[in-house]
Amino acid sequence: MSSFSVTEPSNRTKWFAGTLVILYAVITMIPLVWIALTGFKSPSDAIAYPPKYVIGSDSEAGFKPTLEGYVNLFTTRTRQTQEFLDANPPENWADEIVRQYDMVIVGPSKFGERFLNSVIIGFGSTFLSVFLGTLAAYAFSRFKIPLADDLLFFILSTRMMPPIAVAIPIFLMYRQLGLSDTHLGMILLYTGVNISLAVWLLKSFIDGIPTEYEEAALIDGYTRFQAFYKVVLPQAATGIASTAIFCLIFAWNEYAFAVLLTTANAQTAPPFIPTIIGVGGLDWPAIAAGVTIFLLPVMIFTILLRKHLLRGITFGAVRK
Amino acid sequence: MAQIVIKNVKKQFGDFTAVRQSSFTIEDGEFFMLLGPSGCGKTTTLRMIAGLELPTSGEIYLDGEEISQRPPSERDIAFVFQMFALYPHMNVRKNISYPLVSQGMSRDAVRSKVAEVSKILGIEDILDRPVGGLSGGDRQRVALGRAIVREPKAFMMDEPLGALDAEFREHMAEELRALHDRMGATTVYVTHDQLEAMQMGDKIVVMNNAVVEQFGTPQEIYDKPATMFVADFIGSPSMNFLKFHGKLGTGASALPMHGVDFDVPQTREPFEGDMAFGVRPEHVSLSGDAKFRAEVVATEYLGTTQIVTLNTAGGDVKARISSEQPARTGETVGLEFNPETITLFDRQSGRALKSELNEGVLHG
Ligand SMILES: Nc1ncnc2c1ncn2[C@@H]1O[C@H](COP(=O)(O)OP(=O)(O)O)[C@@H](O)[C@H]1O
Ligand SMILES: [Mg+2]
Repeated sequence: MSSFSVTEPSNRTKWFAGTLVILYAVITMIPLVWIALTGFKSPSDAIAYPPKYVIGSDSEAGFKPTLEGYVNLFTTRTRQTQEFLDANPPENWADEIVRQYDMVIVGPSKFGERFLNSVIIGFGSTFLSVFLGTLAAYAFSRFKIPLADDLLFFILSTRMMPPIAVAIPIFLMYRQLGLSDTHLGMILLYTGVNISLAVWLLKSFIDGIPTEYEEAALIDGYTRFQAFYKVVLPQAATGIASTAIFCLIFAWNEYAFAVLLTTANAQTAPPFIPTIIGVGGLDWPAIAAGVTIFLLPVMIFTILLRKHLLRGITFGAVRK
Repeated sequence: MAQIVIKNVKKQFGDFTAVRQSSFTIEDGEFFMLLGPSGCGKTTTLRMIAGLELPTSGEIYLDGEEISQRPPSERDIAFVFQMFALYPHMNVRKNISYPLVSQGMSRDAVRSKVAEVSKILGIEDILDRPVGGLSGGDRQRVALGRAIVREPKAFMMDEPLGALDAEFREHMAEELRALHDRMGATTVYVTHDQLEAMQMGDKIVVMNNAVVEQFGTPQEIYDKPATMFVADFIGSPSMNFLKFHGKLGTGASALPMHGVDFDVPQTREPFEGDMAFGVRPEHVSLSGDAKFRAEVVATEYLGTTQIVTLNTAGGDVKARISSEQPARTGETVGLEFNPETITLFDRQSGRALKSELNEGVLHG
């Protein structure tokens, strides 16, 4: 080993870079950690000043973790008279938690439904965007399409203004078409917004895959579609994974259209979470619990696909 | 195993013509070289034979069957790509099995076939490695394995040695030629290296600017070039062209050039105009008293031979002569040319004039 290398960073560089990365990670993680902690606090601990942030400790900054926020998030409750409470002992641990406020659980809240809507609409539109985007990008990349450049520009031009600018026409159109407050309507809408990103991103990835691979497959006796499916798709996994993440994040977090177009049936989690109102002021623990659960799917999805992202990056480095 | 006939094949990309009206025949079992400078349409021609590109017009026959518009999967032709194009997400074994899997061959049959091929190519010990980390030579062998494993009717190879180190190329060229001799499969091999073409090929097609200039055996192409381009492209140093203005009748066997009479192979067509007198360097000899005078301007020592550059009335001439024969710069000497080897060219069109020497070789 020589003491100096052009390609291998020095220890000091590594140490410096590592510190920066960790610092950045900590800064971005703080709000998330705070939200996750708040989800386990009681309403009074959540708004206590000075803030409490040590789980279970008896000190000034400590709080006793409770599932109250989660119970409130998932249930609807009513206040009852003392006689009623005395006559009906708590049915389970969740009921017991709400008894301290003289309440009983009368049923599930809408959160589960809203969350499921988010999953259906978010993943549905992500799948559709990536599916259509991959096919379109492949066609643009490999075939002679009349007016290809104009079409690509047209596709991109749909993103040249904020989507919300066309909210009113879409609102009217959806009402006419019966798509308001439906899963299909929201999936189509988010796909429409995401598709231009998907086509452009995926086209650049597919352009980077040498055509020889497919041609080799054609020569080896496969059809064009088999070549696409068995040779191009695995090569494009990186691009597909990153495109899917971008599409999901948009569809998952979208708020404005969801408020405007969905109410009782297809409402997603983002417009629902702010409606969680507690007794005497906002129920911060319940809101925080909702946000924590809401964040999980995107996080898990990204972590699952992370392997592909990293693999893609190193692969590219070797191949060039 | 198959004969391939290319008939009036033409390929246009929009307004650009990549291959112009080409015709040639590749006989069964031949090692056939497609030779020409970069951009002349070799790859395009090869891709049309394999079906990766459809000709704009013309016919391609494989064993008498017209295939020019069929998809590649229906042609049973293997293709070795310039950069190998091994499937990067599969290991060596999978890469080689892939063409067999498409035929629906049973697992056991695939296994034994892959084992057989990898033994021929000497890659048994890397079968389970990913293709990413392989050396150039091993990649080349895997690409060959993928091509030969399904025993196709013919092989197309696009500059298969182009991606290898110079050192390794010669070795691989020998390996390739040996593999061909062993299997006897019709092979079309693209190269821009005239030496490679001469060494390895049974037959050569020389292309230039989208046109087939000549096709024949290496000897024919070397000794009896059909055009000035071929004469210049093949051989190192290339053929000498002495420029002169002259007039020939049919059946002439001598002609005057710059005041000296030279014997030439008997002509088969009359000509008058700007001509080139083509002679290979090894057919030029220096003799003190010959009438055609030349001044030595440079000598290049090559061991047993030397290349002497001389200035004549018809332009510069290079002679390959024995190193023992003295030739000093500045000296004036006489030049003689081996009369049986002379080719006369029409300088306007670059075409060789028909003579006793080349009449059997020229077509069209
Ligand atoms: N798909 C294509 N579209 C347009 N022009 C092409 C295409 N393929 C090849 N060409 C052009 O055709 C000419 C011949 O190319 P090619 O057959 O690859 O030459 P070679 O293999 O002899 O170097 C080149 O000028 C090249 O730019
Ligand atoms: Mg080429």
